Amino acid sequence: MAGEERTASEKADFKRELTEVVPHLRAFARGLCGRADMADDLVQETLLKAWAAQERFQPGTSMRAWTFVILRNAYLTDMRRNRFRGEYDETVAERVLTAPAGQEEPIHLSDMHRALLTLPPERREALLLVGAGGFSYEEAATICGCAVGTIKSRVGRARAALNAMLADGDIPKRSIDDSAAHRAILQELDDVAAGQGGSRN
Amino acid sequence: MSLARTYSEGTSFLIMSSETPKNPQRAPAGGPPAPSGASDKAKDPDWANGLKQLYDSVVEEPLPDSFQDLLDQLGAKD
Repeated sequence: MAGEERTASEKADFKRELTEVVPHLRAFARGLCGRADMADDLVQETLLKAWAAQERFQPGTSMRAWTFVILRNAYLTDMRRNRFRGEYDETVAERVLTAPAGQEEPIHLSDMHRALLTLPPERREALLLVGAGGFSYEEAATICGCAVGTIKSRVGRARAALNAMLADGDIPKRSIDDSAAHRAILQELDDVAAGQGGSRN
Repeated sequence: MSLARTYSEGTSFLIMSSETPKNPQRAPAGGPPAPSGASDKAKDPDWANGLKQLYDSVVEEPLPDSFQDLLDQLGAKD
């Protein structure tokens, strides 16, 4: 299909599907970079790139998975430019925190969100895709361009890290303020961007 | 600290989630959806529910006009 001119109907379908996934792109981006304004910038950038690349989208496949790949790559590029600093969005967390729909007791979502942002990006994205976005391991592996086993390992490590942090209450106030965490993030980012992410867990 | 107790109650949700699509709105990339395992939800640690809540809260936010404006501009260019 690539390279073929799309019909008006196909373009309309593409636009409709793209519109439908915007809320999910916003949620994924918010989880990745932690700030609403930056996340929305990232989504806008993703929409522009997706539109420009629409000839490469295979109708009938998952628009959400396809656009998540674009968003992820844009995020990694921007991270390398040090644009996103994994800052914590107090507003979102507090709003969710005060609306514990159906929860038996208040959950310290602000702690959870901060802990999430301390994770290396490849583990954070794996956890977001599988644990929040509802993707299967196989789909997450496709989005991240790595092996299924690698995704399982990353999710497992992310889960263990969050369990430990949240159980101990030992959460850095700001991930960027923790120099060790920041160095680890940048190192892992280099590996991911260099295409070595699949060889690391 | 009560959180320590609740966070440690379950650890299996992410393992199980590969077999449990959480979002019925999602178009599957291919093949039928995997069988659901609703009974596994009770084992989710609270932070896992929180993670989903954070994600879903953003999904359910009203979309800022800037997104529809952008999509309209893109559509108008063709």
